[in-house]
Amino acid sequence: MSENPEQAISIEVQNLVKRYPKASFNAVDDISFSVRRGEAFGLLGPNGAGKTTTIGVLTTGIIPTSGSARIMGIDVVEDPMSVKQRISVVPQQSNLDRSLRAREILTFHASYHGVPRREGQARADALLKELGLGDRGKDKVMRYSGGMAQRLMLARALMHSPDVLFLDEPTNSLDPQSRLFLWDRIRSLNAQGITVLLTTHDMEEADQLCERIAIMDHGKILVLDTPAELKNLIPGGTSLELRVRIPELVSVGDVHQDGHSKTQLLAALRTLPGVIKVDEVAESDEEDGKRGTTLFRLYSEDAGALAVQATQAVAQVNAELRDLHLARPSLEDVFIYLTGRNLR
Amino acid sequence: MTTTTTQSASSTLQPTIPSRSRVGVALAAFLAILRRDIVVTGREFISFLLQVLLQPLFFLFIFGRVLPSIGFTQPGFAAILLPGIVGLTVVLTALQGVTLPLVLDLGFAREIDDRLLAPLPVELVGVEKVLFAAMRGLVAGVIIFPLAYWILGSGYQVRTDAIGALIGIMVLTSFAGACLGLTIGTLVKPEQIGLMFSLIFTPLIFTGSTYYPWGTLGNIKWFQVITLFNPLTYASEGLRATMVPGFHGHTLPTLAMSWVLLGLSVTVVVFFILGIRTFRRRVVM
Repeated sequence: MSENPEQAISIEVQNLVKRYPKASFNAVDDISFSVRRGEAFGLLGPNGAGKTTTIGVLTTGIIPTSGSARIMGIDVVEDPMSVKQRISVVPQQSNLDRSLRAREILTFHASYHGVPRREGQARADALLKELGLGDRGKDKVMRYSGGMAQRLMLARALMHSPDVLFLDEPTNSLDPQSRLFLWDRIRSLNAQGITVLLTTHDMEEADQLCERIAIMDHGKILVLDTPAELKNLIPGGTSLELRVRIPELVSVGDVHQDGHSKTQLLAALRTLPGVIKVDEVAESDEEDGKRGTTLFRLYSEDAGALAVQATQAVAQVNAELRDLHLARPSLEDVFIYLTGRNLR
Repeated sequence: MTTTTTQSASSTLQPTIPSRSRVGVALAAFLAILRRDIVVTGREFISFLLQVLLQPLFFLFIFGRVLPSIGFTQPGFAAILLPGIVGLTVVLTALQGVTLPLVLDLGFAREIDDRLLAPLPVELVGVEKVLFAAMRGLVAGVIIFPLAYWILGSGYQVRTDAIGALIGIMVLTSFAGACLGLTIGTLVKPEQIGLMFSLIFTPLIFTGSTYYPWGTLGNIKWFQVITLFNPLTYASEGLRATMVPGFHGHTLPTLAMSWVLLGLSVTVVVFFILGIRTFRRRVVM
């Protein structure tokens, strides 16, 4: 009941369910979360996890099967018109109006939203400049590259000063430079107090932009927390990766000896002090330089301290250490840890 | 008591943009969307004209000028053909003004999304499509008259004493075409566009009493009955009634004006309701 705007809720989702007609499963399956005003919130998950459907409901394009969703306290089903005045959407694929020139796309958007004409024109020019499209305002958008289209859609989204900005996979399939540029813009918008909800299947993007992340899979939210806390979910915190070449024996067919050294090494690594878990990571051995090598991953509270002892253990079985790598857990690891599957 | 409850309920909504009424906001959005369509079509007006006028132009030339002058049609045929051509042009222009853009837009282009996200009920985006398409149809229909005057020469004979009724029929016809277009545009999928032309447009064009007065079909009763299911029949006959001057003292027998108005009105109402419903179903899942 606090009137402090910092505490105000801008997005509230309760027990939201969406089942499309004729579908045999729920695209969104009973999810609840709320986003504070001015927060940057991420929905992270693989394709088909229900992220876009969730955005669809919040942006009034999809009617939920059950449950409720509110934007700035307004129910999206009961009063979509008022919701639309307060939100903006940057979609996954370009939906720019190809009959219009770039600047007109912005000015018409402004007039759809009742922004006075002169104000709309001034804002369009400012945004085009800010997003590096200042000299391309007269172009038709057919000639726009993917990155330019994405920036123009962001500019369009900002024309009516929304309270909440929805970004559906904002930098999917963009070149690295455009990506970094957009990330920068999104961060600065968020700093200006705009609530941002973005979906992504890019772990780095979520990590870079979001204060809190909900990891979704099969329509459900698996976990919801800050990126740092999510990474703490993985036992051991850090891990040490050892790429090892175990000596091949001259005598053909004697796999017993080879297997024996590997077992020996695994056992030795497991007994190192502080080790929580050792995995032998399965990988394709087709790549040059990796052929004949094995990758071990040691989880520990302080994996860095294991380096010396691990190296000695490798030497003891006459194996050759090819690579030693200290890994901090990424959100990708969190997803794998939670679902047993890779994100893509 | 009731009043108090309503007031307290609405005050809890706390609109952050209280300066304009909801109706005002929605109307501003509606007009801006209409302005967008006018700007876009205005910019490609020449190609719009070529697109909608070339076919009627050739029809008038061949059937209204060439065939009469080589003696293949009866005198006065041009006068009977012209209302049919006007009706056909109005209906097809209005219809295609909604159908094609909508099929592509709802199918994959999604350029309409920005308008669906404007602060107005999504149904009004469909209504705007109908209104604008009707305007297009009307413009195309009006332009036929000077063209016909030029092409048909002495064959151009149009009553001038029923212009009010003529305008009324043309407006109704354009809305009939636009509503039909909305329904078709929301039902057809992009991959069915080719099929749409042959399965919907061709029968529409040839069973609409465009090239013959409905009354003359008495000998082919079954066909006469079929034509009554085509809205274009009512448009053609209504336009004939208001355009064709009397020959030798008696007027051309046409479908009664009450049937014309009924046929066109039913088309507008039925396909408007149907079209808006399917439109909503396509844009809000």
